[in-house]
Amino acid sequence: MGLLDKWKNIKETEVEPGIDHTMYLTLKEERRISRENSRIIKQFEREKNRKNVPEEEYLTQMRDPNNVVEFDNLHTYFFTDVGTVKSVNGVTFDIPQGKVVGVVGESGCGKSVTSLSLMQLVQAPQGQIVAGSIRYQSRDGKCYEITKMPKDRMLKVRGKEIAMIFQEPMTSLNPVFKIGEQMDEVVLLHEEGATPKAARERSLEMLNLVGIADPQKVYNNYPHELSGGMRQRVMIAMALSCTPRLIIADEPTTALDVTIQAQILELLRDVKNKINGSIMLITHDLGVIAEMADYVVVMYAGRIIEKGTVREIFHNPKHPYTIGLMRSKPSGKTKDNRLYSIKGQVPNPINMPNHCYFYNRCDRAIGICAEEYPEMIQFTDTHSAACHLCRNGGFMDTNSTKEQR
Amino acid sequence: MIEKEKAAQQTTNSSNQEVKDGYEQHFKVISPGRMVAKRFFRSKLSIAGLYMIVFVFLFSFVGPLIVDATWGYEELEVFKIERIADMVSTADFKGPDGKTYTYYDKSQTLVYFKAPPSAEHWLGTDTSGFDILTRLMYGGRISLTISFIVIFLETIIGVILGGLAGYFGKWVDQLIMRIVDIFACLPGLPVLLVLSATISSIESIPAEHRIYYMMAFLTLMGWTGVARIVRGQILMLREQEYMLAAETTGISPMHKIFRHLVPNTMPQLIVSATLGLGGVILYESTLSYLGLGVPFPRAAWGSMIALADPSKGQEILANYPNMWVPAGVLIVVTVLGFSFIGDGLRDAFDPRMKR
Amino acid sequence: MWNYLLKRVALALVILFGVSALIYLLSMLMPADYIDNQTAAAVQMGAMTLEDVQRLKELYGLADKSLPGIAKSYLSWLTSALSGDLGYSFLYGRPVSDVLSQYIWISFMIAFISYLLEIAIGIPMGIKASVNQYSAYDYTVSVFAMIGTALPSFFLSALLMNVFAIRLGILPLQGLTTATKVFPPNAHFQILLDKAWHLVLPITVLTLLGVGGLMKFTRTNMLEVLNSDYIRTARAKGLSENVVTYKHAFRNTLIPLVTSLSGMLPGLFGGAMITETVFAIPGIGYMALRATQQGDIPFIMGYNMFLAILTVLGMLISDIMYMVVDPRVKLS
Repeated sequence: MGLLDKWKNIKETEVEPGIDHTMYLTLKEERRISRENSRIIKQFEREKNRKNVPEEEYLTQMRDPNNVVEFDNLHTYFFTDVGTVKSVNGVTFDIPQGKVVGVVGESGCGKSVTSLSLMQLVQAPQGQIVAGSIRYQSRDGKCYEITKMPKDRMLKVRGKEIAMIFQEPMTSLNPVFKIGEQMDEVVLLHEEGATPKAARERSLEMLNLVGIADPQKVYNNYPHELSGGMRQRVMIAMALSCTPRLIIADEPTTALDVTIQAQILELLRDVKNKINGSIMLITHDLGVIAEMADYVVVMYAGRIIEKGTVREIFHNPKHPYTIGLMRSKPSGKTKDNRLYSIKGQVPNPINMPNHCYFYNRCDRAIGICAEEYPEMIQFTDTHSAACHLCRNGGFMDTNSTKEQR
Repeated sequence: MIEKEKAAQQTTNSSNQEVKDGYEQHFKVISPGRMVAKRFFRSKLSIAGLYMIVFVFLFSFVGPLIVDATWGYEELEVFKIERIADMVSTADFKGPDGKTYTYYDKSQTLVYFKAPPSAEHWLGTDTSGFDILTRLMYGGRISLTISFIVIFLETIIGVILGGLAGYFGKWVDQLIMRIVDIFACLPGLPVLLVLSATISSIESIPAEHRIYYMMAFLTLMGWTGVARIVRGQILMLREQEYMLAAETTGISPMHKIFRHLVPNTMPQLIVSATLGLGGVILYESTLSYLGLGVPFPRAAWGSMIALADPSKGQEILANYPNMWVPAGVLIVVTVLGFSFIGDGLRDAFDPRMKR
Repeated sequence: MWNYLLKRVALALVILFGVSALIYLLSMLMPADYIDNQTAAAVQMGAMTLEDVQRLKELYGLADKSLPGIAKSYLSWLTSALSGDLGYSFLYGRPVSDVLSQYIWISFMIAFISYLLEIAIGIPMGIKASVNQYSAYDYTVSVFAMIGTALPSFFLSALLMNVFAIRLGILPLQGLTTATKVFPPNAHFQILLDKAWHLVLPITVLTLLGVGGLMKFTRTNMLEVLNSDYIRTARAKGLSENVVTYKHAFRNTLIPLVTSLSGMLPGLFGGAMITETVFAIPGIGYMALRATQQGDIPFIMGYNMFLAILTVLGMLISDIMYMVVDPRVKLS
């Protein structure tokens, strides 16, 4: 079958880190990867699907009892036919009680996958939490290790203790069920001994809480009869129904108008205080972070490159990427005619280099940046960054506008 | 400006030579055709389909040549093979004591046809003495040829009408679309049967020409799908282009539409054609089964299966599977092969890869 | 909503008109002496007079082949067809509508039972395949579905006959009743059972041929739904996979399913020409095939017109059901 082989043989180059070789894989290579993936995936899935797992297996202790969630060296990978995508590649941060933690980064940096890992909602079977731990402190004082929790136990946490709202309100609600039905569902599922009547009351109460003028009407509406802003409010109301400990908001305002954006953010902050919960706010919009967050985590290519309080990050960014982000925001104050953008692109997620991921886009890179990956360097007990330039204080003042163009 | 960039590039190149890993991203450009082929071959079903179709093609077109070379058989060659066959007949009758008795008569006769499989005739011979294997090959040739011609004609008619509808719009579009709807609502098999039956009964049309009429009728049944695809594509492109053209002025968007039309429609057309091939083969074999398609004594898979018609006696159906089962199996293999390939192509062209 | 409905009905009428015209044109293909040939025997026996033959020719536009002539005869044929008079069958010696109404119920019975079986088997299989995409189950089921659509009905029938009727001898070969059995006058149940037994094979054939298509349809739609955002929301609410699949996802798949399944309903009355003939079941498919092969023009025309009406009716029903099932298309 020489004819077939001619089709199949696409030249393969040596697999060097950092180079996009996905186009070069021969079919045989792809099949081998596929087979290995199946094996690995099957193992993970089997672990997850165990029934009647004794609680001791997934109980643990928080490092700091003031935290609701602790991510500790989390690794979440996607096993695809062209290789393993390391979406989350060693992420460590905390979400303290009652605070808003903003996770910033560009598309594809792994911020969404981090939140999905917390909810065990990573797209199975390709996506798996491979290593690390996620500790969650429940309202009843018990502390759970989410990476070890079996599926059936996780169902009791989702929606009840940790709730999530998504980016696209237009498509996040089931079009064939009424709003009321979808909201009651959560209450009936999680609250012990809830009656349909009680669920209805709770739903109406929640709709009121999120600032909907006519809860009765909306309760009986179908999703397509509401605007985007209204639907997002409904999503928030649904998330609040069981008084969760943590709300994960994945780009909640990206798909909305700016005016509605402000309202929704205001609402979120309000709500957080009312239920005394925390928010994990994922976004790429620095303005939103500035308004809402107490702590900021900056992610790049699956790793955290800087984290700190919102003041520290905005007034004293240490990592060149963070600095670039700050500069990228168009402002009326700059005298330049050009919009600043960080040159280059995110490296190929399948074949990550062994050195700093930001190397090829950094305008301050030095020799060592191309040789080893920088470790996190602590500046204050809240502020740290992963950059070689931060070591030994040998670092340029961030306010200097000296360009190396 | 370009010189400066080139110089800058060179310096970065040389500086990076020192670094161990070449960090620049090498992008070998793979044409979209190759990408599609790669995705196509990922699926085992697609490859299986390809094997199946290749086999059927070789069987139907190369087979007769081999058969001719090895044994010298032709499609309509009759073989009289003598053998002694048993004949059993039974009759019930009432005896003098009122009880029913059965009378058996066993004898032997000389039979020339319906020979069992042998080294000379791998599948034996049929009721008229033809070599079954050879008939299968010639039948395959006819079926494949007919289906390709029909699909080709369907595509042409569909492209023309769909193109006209999309290009002119307004009343032309409405008119053509109503015609499409009407043809699509025609009861397929019944109308086909009526047409074929009528043609068969007209004595002035020789049996050989019946095939051409049949192809014409089959084309009439199937062009509507293609027309819809082409028209839909044109309309979609029109929306895109008119959006752009609203900002630029003067240039007729039609030129651009036609330039984009071919690459955008080709995938859908190819998929539709491949899947349609199977459908035509099924229709043709049904017509041949009823004696209204490829005329006897030409070979056709459908008419070979017709030998097993139970209304004509259970003998063939029960005792001579070698006569009709292979024909049916070949039909299934061919149609299935086209289905697998069509599905595989559809997934290969679709840019949304799930894995 | 009424606007939408009216438009669809108008379209249906236009299509019906067009289809009937096309079918009528079929008769144009017939050579001048076709009707003479067909009716020769009847005329000889005195069952028909030469005037009857002339009238027939006029009815099918074969008498006056000028354009206004054809138009006139088409209109007269159409009006009588729509008022229920589908002509007088040569072959069966009765009005076509009589023949249809007598034999339609067997065809409907076979078609309806296979319809139900297809739904009962195909839909669950499709759901399971979509939930376990790329699994062994998915592949096997898909391949079987495709084999089902690749099999010619007469071949499958012959295979099943060979295995079950001849080799194993457990099912009857052909016919609706066992000719050699004589039943006592009031054994209705036994007669029914006997008929049912004879229908097992034909129903099996029809089901096997159709279940694949339905399964694939369900699977494709479920896959699309399962990848939507609202399913992700449902999972995030803590609902179990079963609830997510069968309540949230399936309810959405029901929209295209119900729409196309209800569109198939009128077609169940049309009869399966080939399968009925192979199994010698006296349904209208069988009658129609015989009529076609023997050139019974009135029956052919009447039957095809009937089928066209069924098809257009199916289209209409499917459109209406779409409005009923999808809340996004409700009364606005």
